[in-house]
Amino acid sequence: MKISSAFWTNLDQVFVLLQHWIEGFFPQWLQPAIGTVLAVVAIVAAFPGIFALTTVLERKGLGRIQNRLGPNRVGPLGILQPIADGIKSLTKEDIVPLTADAAVHFLAPVVLVIAVFLGFAVLPVGRNMVLVNLDAGLLFFFAIGASTELSIFMAGWSSRNKYSLLGAMRAVAQMISYEVPLLLSSVVAVMITGSLSTVKIVEAQSGFTGILPHWYVFTPWGFAGFVLFVIAALAETNRSPFDLPEGESELVAGYFTEYSGFKFALFFLGEYLAMFSIAGFAITLFLGGWGAPLSILGFIPSWAWFFAKLLAGILFFIWLRGTLPRLRQDQLMNFAWKFMLPMSLLNLLVAGAWRFLGDGWSRWVVCSAVLLVAYVLLGRVLMHHQHLGARSYRYAE
Amino acid sequence: MIFGLSIIFILTSILTVAGALAAALLKNLVHCALSLTVTFAGLALLYLQLDAQFAGFSQILVYIGAVAILVVFAILLTRGSGIPEYRNFSTSWFAGLAIAAGIFALLAWAVLKSLPTSVASAAPQVTVQQIGLALMSSYVLPLEIVAVLLTVALIGAVIVAMPESRDPKSNSTQGGAE
Amino acid sequence: MLGEGILKGLGETAKNFVGSFVSKDRLTTVQYPEERIAPIENTRDFPFLVYDGPDDADGYDKLAGLRCVACQICEKECPPKCIYIVKSTDKKPDFVGKPQIYPARFDIDISVCMSCQICVEVCPFEAIKMDTEFELSTTDRFGGLLFDRDHLSRSNQHYHKIHPTEATEVDARLAEEKIKADAKAKAAAAAAAAKAASPVAAPPAVKPAPVKEPGA
Repeated sequence: MKISSAFWTNLDQVFVLLQHWIEGFFPQWLQPAIGTVLAVVAIVAAFPGIFALTTVLERKGLGRIQNRLGPNRVGPLGILQPIADGIKSLTKEDIVPLTADAAVHFLAPVVLVIAVFLGFAVLPVGRNMVLVNLDAGLLFFFAIGASTELSIFMAGWSSRNKYSLLGAMRAVAQMISYEVPLLLSSVVAVMITGSLSTVKIVEAQSGFTGILPHWYVFTPWGFAGFVLFVIAALAETNRSPFDLPEGESELVAGYFTEYSGFKFALFFLGEYLAMFSIAGFAITLFLGGWGAPLSILGFIPSWAWFFAKLLAGILFFIWLRGTLPRLRQDQLMNFAWKFMLPMSLLNLLVAGAWRFLGDGWSRWVVCSAVLLVAYVLLGRVLMHHQHLGARSYRYAE
Repeated sequence: MIFGLSIIFILTSILTVAGALAAALLKNLVHCALSLTVTFAGLALLYLQLDAQFAGFSQILVYIGAVAILVVFAILLTRGSGIPEYRNFSTSWFAGLAIAAGIFALLAWAVLKSLPTSVASAAPQVTVQQIGLALMSSYVLPLEIVAVLLTVALIGAVIVAMPESRDPKSNSTQGGAE
Repeated sequence: MLGEGILKGLGETAKNFVGSFVSKDRLTTVQYPEERIAPIENTRDFPFLVYDGPDDADGYDKLAGLRCVACQICEKECPPKCIYIVKSTDKKPDFVGKPQIYPARFDIDISVCMSCQICVEVCPFEAIKMDTEFELSTTDRFGGLLFDRDHLSRSNQHYHKIHPTEATEVDARLAEEKIKADAKAKAAAAAAAAKAASPVAAPPAVKPAPVKEPGA
């Protein structure tokens, strides 16, 4: 039985068709609102579902990397562990310290979760499947991401606890430092596409030469931009190896310290959802969004490709977490300001040169050579200047 | 529509003004900074209602993401996590009130003067591309001046934060307890 | 070059991850209590009293082969004083046939016992040895952790099972002493018989019977 192409097209648009069908039950003037509500419900259901899956994958994956089994008692192979975790966090006592700032203490996780969910609004999950097609979509996402820093500060400050405060200050300093390379490395994709709209950026990458796709990651500046974006994304979401603000061995739990029960679960949820949305943006900007990697595989639905790439990204983050030791605060900041910032500025230049050198093999050679030489030289210079000797203390002399 | 203003506009402006009032009247300094953030968010919503997407999102990115953080960092680094202080009752409150009223009158006169007399035509669709082109052609001098200003600020910050160098010959320490 | 170490590390962890599915030494977890690893011979947990007899003692009188003679040395040497002994008033024959007193009560409180093995080291009769059982949790906090003489008595075969080399060594030593004691008894019987058979031999010619050392 030959499966017709109409079937694959319908499968690709199955969620859009579902949305239109449900909208049909309502009067004309109410339809846009209903459509939006349905899309919001889908986002609120799907991404926390992926969050639950990720917690299991992370614990089992980290376990296997560390020569041990992960949780395997709840459900077959431990799949139902998130349910147990959810029940645990819901039934724990909600402790608020006596001297804590009650209003701010309560609002911090709320602000975080709101900001993170808002970020999903401009993520194109599939063909014609984006909640809002904003003209300045990327700017919207980064603006909302900047608001998450404020909630972390609120959390650390309101706990009236020196460990929380220290953790919050470190976290905010880290996030601010890495925001600059994050934005600059995403600007190259905007430059070449000519638009800030995420939908247009994905559509610009949906062409194929022969069998290979036009993803930006396969160009020299795109590859450098992708690597820089991923590193900055890890730092933005306080993910290992940049998880000093929540380092359990240094700061109890950093700015989470005074949170228990459901508020802690909300922080956890917010952090993982931020990781998903920023991974989704890395995919949108550099890995072709919902596009297939080979033109012959184009029949597989676009949303399936997006979620497959998202899963691959998550697995890569888990792999990184199991491999790398934590970066110290000064190493972190040095890396951001001395390596990432110059590289992302150079990347901007290289992307401009790419555009103006015109089509041909010369631009590939020139751009790759410039980036490689800069990377090697900068790496050498920075490693050379490391003063590895007896430590000197600023105030204890 | 109430008084010729849409419901959304009224709600947003109430939010903005409430945030601004809270920022001026609250006792805890960090609460004031956070209410100021609410004001910034209200302003961003007003820009978005006027269809100025770029301005609205830049407002969030710059003001909430950077300026508010700067304000709270300044509070943290100068006061630490101490007990919130209570305001002193100022003796020159009448002079302050008079100055505030004067400035308010000036701003209100400026806004009312610039209101269009006829029914507003369709708002111009300003895309990000047009803003970019304008910045690079007619407004390139302010752009470069702002860039220089930012560089100066960055260098100044680095100089202020740099550890003082120790003179290896003399034994004197600058700033440390002996 | 910058980044080389990270790539090597990623390769190493990938090897660990894949290897944990295929090879046993990349995944060393033992899922207790479904899987258990056998304890090594030198394991020790709490003491038990050895008796020479069959393992299944349902009806067998464990007291008959009990090696303990209630000398109370272990009670005195125990650092946390967890052993409580009450001597019996009558005697029973020990493994060489000599009548010995036995413990009427022998209690060990294992919530106090610290498994130092001093009682085993000082016992002259090889009567108390260390057991290897550790799954002794109970809901009765006081009575459930106070083991009496009957609970503590376990057979020599059990001792062989848990500490084979030690048990064979102890058995060899006890067998040797039994042989010596038997030889002495035979010599004493022969001497007594010779004394009875020749009453005309002068008393100074009869050597006095050798003094038996206390203990075995």
